[in-house]
Amino acid sequence: MARLVIDPVTRIEGHLRCEAVVADGKVKDAYSSCTMWRGIEVIMKGRDPREAWVFVQRLCGVCTTVHAIASIRAVEDALKIKVPRNADLIRNLIMANQCVQDHVIHFYHLHALDWVDVVSALKADPAKTSELAKTISPWPNNSTTYFKAVQDKLKAFVERGQLGIFSNGYWGHPAYNLPPEANLMAVAHYLEALDWQKEVIKMMAMLGAKNPHPQTFLVGGMAIPIDPESQNAINAGTIAALNKYADMAIEFVEKVYIPDLLAVASFYKDWAKYGGNVNFLACGEYPEANGKMWLPAGIIKNKNLKEIYPVDHKKIQEYITRSYYKYSKGENAGLHPWDGETTPNYTGPKPPYEYLNVDGKYSWGKAPRYEDLPMEVGPLARVLVAYASGHKEVKEAVDMVMKKLGVGPEALFSTLGRTAARGIIALVTAYKTKDFINELAANIKKGDYTIANTEKWDPKTWPAEAKGMGWHDAPRGALSHYIVIKNKKIENYQMVVPSTWNLSPRDNKGVRGPVEEALVNTPVADSKQPLELLRTIHSFDPCMACGMHIVEVKEE
Amino acid sequence: MEKGTIYEGLVRRGVSRRDFLKFCATTAAVLGLSSSYVPKIAEAMEKKEKPVVVWLHFQDCTGCSESVLRATKPTIGQIVLDVVSLEYHETIMAAAGHQAEKSLHDAIKKYKGKYLVVVEGAIPTKDGGLYCCIGGRAAVDILKEVAKDAAAIIAIGTCATYGGIPAAKPNPTGAVGVRDIIKDKPVINLPGCPLNVENFTATVVYFLTFGKLPKTDNLGRPLFAHGILIHDNCERRGHFDTGEFAKSWGDKGHRLGWCLYELGCKGPFAYHNCPTIRWNDGTSWPVMAGHPCVACSEPKFWDANAPFYAGLQNKDSFFAKASKIGLGAMAVAGLTKKENKE
Repeated sequence: MARLVIDPVTRIEGHLRCEAVVADGKVKDAYSSCTMWRGIEVIMKGRDPREAWVFVQRLCGVCTTVHAIASIRAVEDALKIKVPRNADLIRNLIMANQCVQDHVIHFYHLHALDWVDVVSALKADPAKTSELAKTISPWPNNSTTYFKAVQDKLKAFVERGQLGIFSNGYWGHPAYNLPPEANLMAVAHYLEALDWQKEVIKMMAMLGAKNPHPQTFLVGGMAIPIDPESQNAINAGTIAALNKYADMAIEFVEKVYIPDLLAVASFYKDWAKYGGNVNFLACGEYPEANGKMWLPAGIIKNKNLKEIYPVDHKKIQEYITRSYYKYSKGENAGLHPWDGETTPNYTGPKPPYEYLNVDGKYSWGKAPRYEDLPMEVGPLARVLVAYASGHKEVKEAVDMVMKKLGVGPEALFSTLGRTAARGIIALVTAYKTKDFINELAANIKKGDYTIANTEKWDPKTWPAEAKGMGWHDAPRGALSHYIVIKNKKIENYQMVVPSTWNLSPRDNKGVRGPVEEALVNTPVADSKQPLELLRTIHSFDPCMACGMHIVEVKEE
Repeated sequence: MEKGTIYEGLVRRGVSRRDFLKFCATTAAVLGLSSSYVPKIAEAMEKKEKPVVVWLHFQDCTGCSESVLRATKPTIGQIVLDVVSLEYHETIMAAAGHQAEKSLHDAIKKYKGKYLVVVEGAIPTKDGGLYCCIGGRAAVDILKEVAKDAAAIIAIGTCATYGGIPAAKPNPTGAVGVRDIIKDKPVINLPGCPLNVENFTATVVYFLTFGKLPKTDNLGRPLFAHGILIHDNCERRGHFDTGEFAKSWGDKGHRLGWCLYELGCKGPFAYHNCPTIRWNDGTSWPVMAGHPCVACSEPKFWDANAPFYAGLQNKDSFFAKASKIGLGAMAVAGLTKKENKE
């Protein structure tokens, strides 16, 4: 039996540590630990609710925007503010742009190296790579010359001896299945995606002033004005540019991301057996003009796609039995976030340490539960809920991907399924972006330039006490913020973020969090190079500032 | 062409001589240097070896790394593969766990005394620093170890420079910036929430070209980026001077690009080059997009400049800081308020 520690878990946001017990080439048990705490909930107390979003957006610079959105929605809920349609459309565009760009970056820059052996690409035949590329996509960069040039650059880079970010990867690991040609193609697209992401995100920069950390959100609407006769507002030029970036997103997802995802997945079909969960929560996203959400909300229990339950935030409780906090009601209490408490109580080992005390408290993340069940959130939850609800675009995309891979929908409950679901969401969201632009342009044509509802801007108009909550189905999953306002100031502020759900430690009953559970039974070919664990951990796209570190093995 | 230089790397990646010179010229512009410096920058890029960079993440949100990923002049691909040799960076490196720690230790041993350290995020000091541990070690101990043999340190973003948001009241973890811990090494501060990548590239190029760190103000910020008030370079300054203020979100003045001071803009109190370089390849910046500046590159801005939406309402603060704005303009603003009505 070996205790395996991965710390830092890299190619994620933030600080994550994973400890796993490995025997007979398989993971027997796993512990995920968030190793950093800033106390932002504590910092929020006493501040102006209207500026909460500026602070909490800094929870994460990768999932930038998402905490700002959940925050303004929480305050708007508390103060009963109805947001004008134009503001919802601008928010939808910013969220959709973030979602597509973030999923592409995750696939190529955070996840791909778990499946793609960069060093093997050096052995590829560029002519055969070109043939392969042509069979899967009409993307223009598919000639022998192009792939030869990419390979030459890679060779020169390796020969110079400064491997930089590629040094000490698990290159040559027996779990890498791709032929050299597919590896070379993926490396070429890794580099192309780096160039693409900085361009496509200009949609958010135009509407949000900058990325990361856009700065045009507002309680009640948006701070970016609309006026087709002004050069200092969203005008016809803006609409043209938004269309350009939307088209750029669609083209890359359709012609590069999805074909690569299908090509890589076809070599790793056995990963449809590992890394699954059974309970899922999606909170719904992209408000439509009719008041409904374009992607539906819902709860799936025990993999049953025949019954989708409605989501009620009042059924959420957070536990701290195994987390570095204390509650006034005791160690085993579960608190709804409106009554949530953030009082640090570190009982872990004193640094420097080798192992966590996994029998006691072991993470800065709390354990959120829905009706006392752990829930997986994220692209897979969104896809499953939408698919089971008969959502047309999602159903078509799922059926296309499943058909091309030759697997059934049951394959979705896995590491492979989670990775495919992310691509599916990126594809349907890229298409949907155009609808939002068209609706915004139509509103402007009608003469509707309203961007904010300012009736409740002045704190004098507020009740003495108010409570609110805001959902946002962020790229990494269901996010919720909770605010209690008293005498115009923040009395309590709590956030239940996607990585708190997914990377949750055990709860009051000792039940594992979703990543911990998904890691059990993962095969481990070489316990000194736990590549397989990284595959499942990365498939959740952990983001730890919001809410783990991997190490190698010490034999016990 | 000398082997292993930045220029050679760029050429190998298909960058033309013309584009290379354009990059040198852009960098000179960000640095506030005249065009006569372009050949000097080009020469340094052609002759100098890539500097080795070790990038540390502490109490951060990775927003500054993401900002660097948005680089366009040169692109992040060029920065990572050719301009610097990035030996350790948790967000993008292939290695994990012990293998990752090996990369860090190999680099600081092999390039002893020569490597640059980039720090992103604040450093918690309360309770022995246990609020941020990596590989089982406290951030503060890692910083001290890695800084010991560094040539210089670049603190990026407001967290690494002054403690940032973790240090906002009541600072539950005792978060501080790099300069509060490292006293015996040159530390350059590149604040901003996040940092603007153009200023990062310019600092690295300055270091390579002139063999030293750029001149700074008393807060350790390079003058080329933080020497002038946002207010003095703001595209809406003319409206301030003539008393034209946006009063409400979406009103006529707001739509026409009038001054955002009365909606809470902190541009008169913030030293940063946002109006000239903007963000995301020059696409926009907060004031251009209609939202007040929050002075994110100023120390303790989370407390000192909040509430962010209070402008003239807070008269004491306004008059107290009037000297920084310029009394002439103040008088004009006060005397000649323009009507902002449909």
